[in-house]
Amino acid sequence: MSVSGGISPARHAALVWLAGCAAGLAAWALAYSQLVPVSDWLVSLLPLDRHSRLGEAIAFFLYDVPKVLLLLLLVVFAMGVVRSFFSPQRTRALLAGRRVGAGNVLAAGLGVLTPFCSCSAVPLFIGFVSAGVPLGVTFSFLIAAPMVNEVALGLLFALLGWQVALVYLGFGLAIAITAGWVIGRLHLESWLEPWVLQIHAGPASLEEAAPAWPDRIRAGRDSVHDIVGRVWPWIIAGIAMGALIHGYAPAELLASIMGKEAWWSVPAAVLVGIPMYSNAAGIIPVVEALLGKGAALGTVLAFMMSVIALSLPELIILRKVLSPKLIAVFVAVVGAGILAVGFLFNLLFA
Amino acid sequence: MKDVKVLGPGCKRCDAAVQMVQDAAAQAGMPVTVSKVTDYAAIAGYGIAATPGIVVDGKVVHAGGLPKPADLARWLAG
Repeated sequence: MSVSGGISPARHAALVWLAGCAAGLAAWALAYSQLVPVSDWLVSLLPLDRHSRLGEAIAFFLYDVPKVLLLLLLVVFAMGVVRSFFSPQRTRALLAGRRVGAGNVLAAGLGVLTPFCSCSAVPLFIGFVSAGVPLGVTFSFLIAAPMVNEVALGLLFALLGWQVALVYLGFGLAIAITAGWVIGRLHLESWLEPWVLQIHAGPASLEEAAPAWPDRIRAGRDSVHDIVGRVWPWIIAGIAMGALIHGYAPAELLASIMGKEAWWSVPAAVLVGIPMYSNAAGIIPVVEALLGKGAALGTVLAFMMSVIALSLPELIILRKVLSPKLIAVFVAVVGAGILAVGFLFNLLFA
Repeated sequence: MKDVKVLGPGCKRCDAAVQMVQDAAAQAGMPVTVSKVTDYAAIAGYGIAATPGIVVDGKVVHAGGLPKPADLARWLAG
């Protein structure tokens, strides 16, 4: 009991944050429960036949945009809070000196959970390698971090259901673990840029205090602000594109190109996906629409993974620390993993 | 006078962190020198794995993401 009879400012601030969090969640639940009535009402306002092509496309758009944005808000917030339990420095300390194998598994898992922004990719890579994290283990982290991110998982969950999201998580981790293990076994340390090998990390002098709960809620809010603030235009563009496919694209044509019968569509999807740069936000609504038109799940997953995990901007950033030969190995190994996932899926869900 | 270094390759957040340090110093009425460290090797030398990082008088106080204003004020005063 407090001697002064009141509550301390810190405790007061904590209560304000917790109350704000509860109010936000309640508002979210209310908005989500009203999605269908509101979108139906909006569509009914339009001077359009609901069952015309344009009507179908617009109804799809008006329902999907708020639904996807709402679910994404929730997933990104939750991931932001979860990630406040991890930091790159602590992850590095956990991974330093790990054996190949178990280290790859741990690295891929931490890659999903550790806060990571692509502009930190190079400092992180150097920080890991120079502190004694094996190269293959570092790669497992670097493959998992962008591929299995909250935006991809949130959108898959919103548009295709939790089963597909879970399968994506599982296969994403499997690719990161295997590709990192293969790169580790090849012993390619000498293919790093020479200056990287000469760096010795200073002692980790930073003492990180565990954040309190209000700080964790704040971290969730900040990641909503950062991530949803950045990707919403992509989502709207992606859903608009998906709506056009939904309303206009001929199903027979798409099914013949991206359907299960066309075995070559998986490698083609990976090759087309590598130079394409979109993020999960732009690509997943398109994927949903393609699936609706008869494209095979393995083919579109392979396409999506190669767009997200192997992007030219990321490779250009990594070029600062990796030799061209090592980049080629990285692309080949990850590409092979994605191919395997695509084929396996089409086989399993035939 | 405190010497503050902001570690980062020059992304948007690193610039924002520099601005925050300057604002915090101005608000506290403290003279500080703020410099940016953009060289990857030099950044790694401080033992951090995420940017932006903040170093006050040679001691790493922060790594990864933007600092909280209250923490900044504490580091500058400490």
